[in-house]
Amino acid sequence: MNAAWEVVIGLEIHTQLATASKIFSGASTAYGAEPNTQACLVDLGYPGVLPVLNEEVVRMACKFGLAVNATVAPRSIFARKNYFYPDLPKGYQISQFELPIVEHGELFIADDDGNEKRIGITRAHLEEDAGKSIHEGLDRQSGIDLNRTGTPLLEIVSEPDLRSAKEAIAYMRKIHAIVRYLGISDGNMQEGSFRCDANVSVRPRGQEEFGTRTELKNLNSFRFIEKAVNFEIERQIDVLEDGGEVVQETRLYDSARDETRPMRSKEEANDYRYFPDPDLLPVEIGEDYIEQVRETLPELPDAKRQRFVSDYDIREDDAAILTISRALADYFEAVVAAGEAKPQVAANWVIGDMSGALNKEGVEIEDSRVSAEGLAGLINRIHDHTISGKIAKEVFEAMWSGEGSADEVIEARGLEQITDTSAIEAIVDKIIEANPGQVAEYRAGKIKLIGFFVGQVMKETGGKANPGQVNEILRARLES
Amino acid sequence: MTAGDLHLQSLTQLARGLGEGDFTSVELTRALLDRIAAHGAELNAFITVTADAALQAAERADALRNNGEKGVLNGLPLVHKDIFCTRGVLTTCGSRMLEDFVSPYDATVVERLASAGAVMLGKSNMDEFAMGSSNETSYFGPVKNPWDLERSPGGSSGGSSASVAARLTPAATGTDTGGSIRQPAALTGTTGLKPTYGRVSRYGMIAFASSLDQAGVITRSAEDAALLLGVMAGFDERDSTSIDHPVPDYVAGLGESLKGLRVGVVKQHFDEGLDETTGNAVREALAVMESQGAILTEVDMPDLDLSVPTYYVVAPAECSSNLSRFDGVRFGHRAEDPEDLLDLYCRSRSEGFGAEVKRRIMTGTYVLSAGYYDAYYLKAQQVRHLIADDFKKAFEEVDVIAGPTSPTPAFKLGDKIDDPITMYLSDIYTIGANLAGLPGISVPCGFASDLPVGLHLVGPHFGEPEILRAAHQYQLQTDWHTRCPEGYE
Repeated sequence: MNAAWEVVIGLEIHTQLATASKIFSGASTAYGAEPNTQACLVDLGYPGVLPVLNEEVVRMACKFGLAVNATVAPRSIFARKNYFYPDLPKGYQISQFELPIVEHGELFIADDDGNEKRIGITRAHLEEDAGKSIHEGLDRQSGIDLNRTGTPLLEIVSEPDLRSAKEAIAYMRKIHAIVRYLGISDGNMQEGSFRCDANVSVRPRGQEEFGTRTELKNLNSFRFIEKAVNFEIERQIDVLEDGGEVVQETRLYDSARDETRPMRSKEEANDYRYFPDPDLLPVEIGEDYIEQVRETLPELPDAKRQRFVSDYDIREDDAAILTISRALADYFEAVVAAGEAKPQVAANWVIGDMSGALNKEGVEIEDSRVSAEGLAGLINRIHDHTISGKIAKEVFEAMWSGEGSADEVIEARGLEQITDTSAIEAIVDKIIEANPGQVAEYRAGKIKLIGFFVGQVMKETGGKANPGQVNEILRARLES
Repeated sequence: MTAGDLHLQSLTQLARGLGEGDFTSVELTRALLDRIAAHGAELNAFITVTADAALQAAERADALRNNGEKGVLNGLPLVHKDIFCTRGVLTTCGSRMLEDFVSPYDATVVERLASAGAVMLGKSNMDEFAMGSSNETSYFGPVKNPWDLERSPGGSSGGSSASVAARLTPAATGTDTGGSIRQPAALTGTTGLKPTYGRVSRYGMIAFASSLDQAGVITRSAEDAALLLGVMAGFDERDSTSIDHPVPDYVAGLGESLKGLRVGVVKQHFDEGLDETTGNAVREALAVMESQGAILTEVDMPDLDLSVPTYYVVAPAECSSNLSRFDGVRFGHRAEDPEDLLDLYCRSRSEGFGAEVKRRIMTGTYVLSAGYYDAYYLKAQQVRHLIADDFKKAFEEVDVIAGPTSPTPAFKLGDKIDDPITMYLSDIYTIGANLAGLPGISVPCGFASDLPVGLHLVGPHFGEPEILRAAHQYQLQTDWHTRCPEGYE
């Protein structure tokens, strides 16, 4: 990017934990309900109410800690972060400060040169989410929706080990995959279940000391993070190269203008007066518990990717794509299990036509209209030469539209490949007869015209003729 | 006794009388409501009187009794300190901030007592958010001490202590963060019990200082306190700091004599600062216990004099955060026509809170601030451990620790209110038990200048049976607890 400057990025990822009820109350965490219908007295911070820890969040945090090779703290403490805001009913947020539940983790990404790179995870701590302030459509008033209040969050803080926006995205994707594999978060970025703040600074290459950083708030899509971080890097370099100084501040990314802007500086002076929450006991986790949780860990993305390459002999980058989500990986494995063709063929179909169809309709693999067994049935028909690869695309589309299994579609649409030599010969003769000019040219040496003849035969047979046989018979006839 | 004397009976006596059909709960409730109507105003002991609901509850209790069903407290009247949330009833916490706040739910304490059949007569006046030792910080005006209407009944549970002392109710709930049950009990000649931290659920009790607050009772006798504690105590899954520890039969344990009970007398609690006549009354009480077979030993608690400064860091720190929820947005007092959000916050809180509450919020905010946290809050927590260790060490040698509850008898209203430090020292002997989470009881033990004096007994964690038994045995031998202020017989 810029030879003179080195970029330093650290990410704070807030991932919403997929519990049925809130972190300190029994209210539901379901998304999208009518405002203020999922906030009980505890969430509303009524006088006299007390928080009670949802043990499920501890289990989830513990899972995450083990998945990133971190230390799960034998004793962690909830602390109060004090500040006034209308969507923060108690006037403090219950979080973890000095003693977080997870510390000293790591994961590995591919750096800009494709080499494996370790990224440190400083800590991950549990906290409650705040509510939402709503300003639109309320005629100069503000509304408050407290449904989200008390939703459990795991805040995952990386070391400042990331050196480009691309690395930041790779790290974030990895965390995203891990929390989804673990089943501790749905990772839904549109609903805010997975969002990120980025600390960005630059320093002259070779300098050890970090430059002054800015914090970019609430980046809720991979694309925005990349754009925001890149914008911010350019901005800081410009400031420094013009002899200025970077101001430590919080900046918001405006996706409409593709720029970052400082937030009101009033918030900057906040002293959160953290202190241990006297309403909650320390969270104590024993070795037995940790081992019990360890046993429930699923195979994680890295291990699965390596296994796919070694067991299925598929391409490295295909394995990476197939293991982005556990559901996609499971789907792929189910296709392989039910199929007769090589796993690479299954991989091509899952990554190609299947993913295309999913993207087009915006649905997840779990909701695919073609089951893994269905797709395997289609691939098997290519493998046994019942249909060609090209016809298979048509069959797939029909299957997607609900016309039945591959066999049913082939049968109903009469797509079975023509492999009867005499039938193909008859069609070839007909084509040769109808195109004397092209035949003469071919025979005069313009052999590229073979494509034209193949095309004509395919057109005549609706694409059903076996392409290998068509080629063979055409050449024999034309060259005789 | 006749129905006209019902107000003079203890809770235990009333339970017996109801059980034997000597009178009904409706008769009893009506008699007490009449007394509240007659004396409530002069004492200012109540913020709310729930006469209709009380009579209905009494009718239900009588009906249940006729059907042979009865909870241990069936039909027995009591008063709740206005810090406990009571469903559908005003719950003000003595503050303008909650002047119109009707709670949508019952505190666990309220719920447990009600399910045992208790009849709530009303909600008692208190220092604002339980911050005070004289009841003068209440938005609803000070409560008067029935022993001398110019004097304070103590605080913060002053409405509870005054109403029990004046025989308007046989019992009242209270809360004790630094002495708010025991000091008012001492100043009104009543019995006040603060249980072990975590013994009684704090759910629904409006928080002042969460790590110190504990619910308890003010009664006519230790026996009555034991009866109520048995109902109130126990684990509550809605309060993570309540402790899952078996609840013994407190009443059954009262009978054992004091023979061999090791009573530690805190050396530091008889230093200067203790009113001489008060000290004499306490010494005499200890002599009575000794004559009953108790073994007195002096205990040295060198760090105890740090308890007041420690308390006035920890309690304000927690309160500054606990009271942040009163912001004028969702409930409580809201300033009119705010210009913007900041104005809404500032004016709602300025108007809603009184001077003492503001003082503590500011102190607490200060001690938690960046750069001061280590010097104040953290240091105070460390000292708190030292104080707890002092007690722990003492309890290796003795079964209960004894001394005066308050350095002076009831002081005049207006005397200390403008001098917070002097006011804070009213709780010098009681605060230690809160910092260490220990149970304590104050029992009447004589008079100083015609005003009641309290003997303070502190037990180890879950040592309620020991202190209740010591107090009860002492009360079998003495009649201080039956003395009634003139004009309230």
